[in-house]
Amino acid sequence: MTQPNRLNSGGRIDRDQPMQFEFNGRRYSGFQGDTLASAMLANGVDLVGRSFKYGRRRGIVAAGAEEPNAILQLGATEATQVPNVRATQQELFDGLVAQPTSGWPSLNTDALGMVGKVFGSLLPPGFYYKTFMFPRFGWKLYEKYIRKAAGFGRSPRAEDVDQYDHLNQHADVLIVGAGAAGLAAALSAARSGARVILADEQSEMGGSLLHSRDLMGGKPATQWVADTLAELAGRDNVLLLPRSTVNGYHDHNFLTIHERRTDHIADRAPEGMSRQRLHRVRARWVVLATGAHERPLVFANNDLPGCMLASAVSTYLNRYAVAPGNKLVLMTANDYAYRTAFDWQDAGRDVVAIVDSRADVSGHYQEEAKRRGIAVLLGHGVIEARGSKKVTGAVVASLNADGSAVAGASRTLSCDLIASSGGWSPVVHLSAHTGSRPVWNDDVLGFVPGETLQQMKTAGAVKGSYDLVACLRDGAEQGAEAAKLAGFDATPATTPEVDSWPEAKAMALYSIPHTQPNSRAPKQFVDLQNDVTAAAIELATREGFESIEHVKRYTAMGFGTDQGKLGNINGMAIAAKSLGQSIPDTGTTIFRPNYTPVTFGAVVGRHCGELFEPERYTAMHDWHVQHGAEFENVGQWKRPWYYPKAGETMQQALDRECLATRESIGILDASTLGKIDIQGKDAREFIGRIYTNAWAKLAVGKCRYGLMCHEDGMVFDDGVTSCLGENHFLMTTTTGGAAGVLEWLELYHQTEWPELEVFMNTVTDHWATMTIAGPNARKLLAELCDDIDLDKDSFKFMDWRQGTVAGVPARVFRISFTGELSYEINVQANYGLHVWEKLFEHGEKYNLTPYGTESMHILRAEKGFIIAGQDTDGSVHPYDLNHGWAVKEDKPFSFIGKRGMKREDCVREGRKQLVGLKTKDPKVVLPEGAQAVDDPKQPLPMAMLGHVTSSYYSANLGRSIAMGLIKDGLNRNGDTIYYPLSNGQVVEAEICSTIFLDPKGDRQNV
Amino acid sequence: MFYIHCPYCDEHREEEEFHAKGQAHIARPLDPDACTDEEWGNFLYFRANPRGIHHELWVHAAGCRKFFNITRDTQTYAILETYRLGEQPSVTSQS
Ligand SMILES: [Zn+2]
Repeated sequence: MTQPNRLNSGGRIDRDQPMQFEFNGRRYSGFQGDTLASAMLANGVDLVGRSFKYGRRRGIVAAGAEEPNAILQLGATEATQVPNVRATQQELFDGLVAQPTSGWPSLNTDALGMVGKVFGSLLPPGFYYKTFMFPRFGWKLYEKYIRKAAGFGRSPRAEDVDQYDHLNQHADVLIVGAGAAGLAAALSAARSGARVILADEQSEMGGSLLHSRDLMGGKPATQWVADTLAELAGRDNVLLLPRSTVNGYHDHNFLTIHERRTDHIADRAPEGMSRQRLHRVRARWVVLATGAHERPLVFANNDLPGCMLASAVSTYLNRYAVAPGNKLVLMTANDYAYRTAFDWQDAGRDVVAIVDSRADVSGHYQEEAKRRGIAVLLGHGVIEARGSKKVTGAVVASLNADGSAVAGASRTLSCDLIASSGGWSPVVHLSAHTGSRPVWNDDVLGFVPGETLQQMKTAGAVKGSYDLVACLRDGAEQGAEAAKLAGFDATPATTPEVDSWPEAKAMALYSIPHTQPNSRAPKQFVDLQNDVTAAAIELATREGFESIEHVKRYTAMGFGTDQGKLGNINGMAIAAKSLGQSIPDTGTTIFRPNYTPVTFGAVVGRHCGELFEPERYTAMHDWHVQHGAEFENVGQWKRPWYYPKAGETMQQALDRECLATRESIGILDASTLGKIDIQGKDAREFIGRIYTNAWAKLAVGKCRYGLMCHEDGMVFDDGVTSCLGENHFLMTTTTGGAAGVLEWLELYHQTEWPELEVFMNTVTDHWATMTIAGPNARKLLAELCDDIDLDKDSFKFMDWRQGTVAGVPARVFRISFTGELSYEINVQANYGLHVWEKLFEHGEKYNLTPYGTESMHILRAEKGFIIAGQDTDGSVHPYDLNHGWAVKEDKPFSFIGKRGMKREDCVREGRKQLVGLKTKDPKVVLPEGAQAVDDPKQPLPMAMLGHVTSSYYSANLGRSIAMGLIKDGLNRNGDTIYYPLSNGQVVEAEICSTIFLDPKGDRQNV
Repeated sequence: MFYIHCPYCDEHREEEEFHAKGQAHIARPLDPDACTDEEWGNFLYFRANPRGIHHELWVHAAGCRKFFNITRDTQTYAILETYRLGEQPSVTSQS
């Protein structure tokens, strides 16, 4: 396979290592060392995509992160699909498969041009703006067309087969960018002994030096790069991260680096190696040496394949040995770009002309062009590119002095490549991430980093300093300075001398005028990725958008993955000119993370699948799994939800579990309930201030239910607290509320009552808790425990005892959340499974039945016991719950919640109150959340009384039961209310007591 | 993501270890029952939302569990100091 544009010699590619790749279904070959873009250009691939809005043919423009067109879909298999890959940043590997992402129905069909024209008129400037202003109409109408036409890749439909890692790093000095300035900075910092991280987005470090033909200290620039990297690599205080993009600069010098470890090797990562890493770096000092992106000049039809950045042409020639054409027209407003014409000529290709917008310029570069016999057209511009599928000519004309108008007759030069350079735009993105607005610098003709807000230095071209010697020296100095500020003894590294010619002043030129006004001339593209033209920006300013931020929203300039790398400054210049003001008056431009797209894989790291969130298991978890439990997530806990037997529906299982419990005995794994151990001589006083009820007289060996409120008087947690010793209590909380309650206790102890001597700690995981409930609970416990007197008169309801159960030390609490005779057996977690299994060994004859959280909910609802967070929602105080019995008003200390629940709104009539609900049809189970009304026939919107908080079918009662909040509900016992449901059905219900079963409590007191 | 110096651990730790708990130096009235509804409402709900210097209560939740105070610039997110409970800030909007 031939590579028509490949040079026979030179470049940093390895011609002995050919590689095959596929683009758009066709096979091509390239070499080790190529990027996908350089290999495509070597093969003469002109067309890489269709433009977003107009469907125009687009080719490769740049050689780095600023490439707007060659954004491809990568992946040989469904599982390895990666969208939004810039071909300029993707290294070639053997077997690479790439697809174009934009273009519909296919890349090469020229009919698309017509489709594009149709869409062009469908999508005028202001499209986004207008669409988002009226999203109901606009978005629905356009979305499907846009999604289809715009392309930009798709996510894989199969699960990603690769692994991704997160790494936390600390650095004394983090240097971003390994070009001339960054390498010099790294030398200075590394020699001081500071921990240095040097990150660079490219496969090879060296930046522009890799395609430079300058001599540094008499040697090729690449030799200096190699020597410097060898020294850095030999130091164990230096971490070199190539292929690593610093994508975000966040608060307090926290930076994220996206490292691509294997994307250059194969379609998927080698076994045992993570594909990408996200480094989370906390750096003492940062040196930004991010360089600059060349700006293209804007002219008519400047999007034709064959229009490229001047520096990109040099990069392809010198680094990749690729000449993307034969006959070059170079347009420039500065001296630097002359090098591209010289490079082109040295590669044996034809330079048709250098078109320089400056009328009176003479210096080394012009003389060199003359010496080489290259025609230089001073005071001229390329006003239009010619060609239908790719560039075939350049229309040139003389310009007036400031480049604002065509001054003379135009003529067409035959060529197949137009390279342009409007100057350089410093890569200020990361500095802008810190909240610092870039400021315009007239000498540099670009935005440079503004006020420094973090521990950050800048070096080299990012400041607008483009001279190589100056960049090296600045890098060395800033690297040393950063190391010094980080506490190290550093001196600037000496940097080599470079022979370079002084450059004449560049001209401030952004767009080239046409003989026609912009609105009538062929399209002049400012933002190629978003298809924004000079005429569209002018239209935006005419429609009254004066701030550049508004213009950007109106035109979509700088949107998407592009983030305005190539077009923003030109767009601002055009807007400024149209508004008759300067660029800084038009505004500045702000950039947000990420600098380039980051894969979801890297963002997620290992936090997926089983590791998405920590899962907590009780000591008896394996038993539950073996016995077929369905699980429910409660906080991070996996709790058994119910235990279906073969062929059972969920309701059948629940009915069986609930009936067995009340008929004989059931068992619940209650280990997940929060347990807080509270000690100290003031523990009792402390608990009394936290809970709403009385604690002063709770004796050792006794337990008590307590309600916890916030200062506003609203219930937020509840549970049983037991007195273990005079100065020792065990508080239980809801499963989900455990961590919050502990923090709440600490908050009050530390901030309000530090004088109280009290200590608390979580002991949730220390204990396994199993609740046996039902008429046979005492009989079963007696078989396994012979050192506690279980007699009903000595071990009473709401007592606890220390003893031995199944040979294991245990705390046994006679408390009940079911209304049955019930014991909560707490043993050291490691013994949990043993005791649980012993209980089953002895419980079989009583039909000991495990029940899960759902049956627990039903059994407690039959008794009217509340669940904080289900029957309460932060707007319910104890009296609303009819739990006034749990509020001790006359405690000496004004406990938390007391004042809150006395507020005017909390004591008024007509508050929503918790009541029981019985549907008229006992088989109908109200949906939780259903809203009650008095009159279901009233006009909409109906006056709502409150919602259903808990609702179940109770097998024990043979009917449905529910609880809910009803306005003034405690005064409406026996009233009929209605629940209109979303399906049109209306459920009739009667207000009743929340206690549906055993109102006197005989069952639990036996 | 913030890098926070815990004045009890005397170390900088990642924000992930901490919880923000709102405005600092809001004392619970000593005699709540003597407060009017308005006074209690102010204590419950009314908080400063300054642009610039702000004093905040934080807790080293996944560390030493101690509550402490942070003086923070709400515009730049710069943490100007952290100090223990019972201490007063040395950086204020007046200073
Ligand atoms: Zn701490």
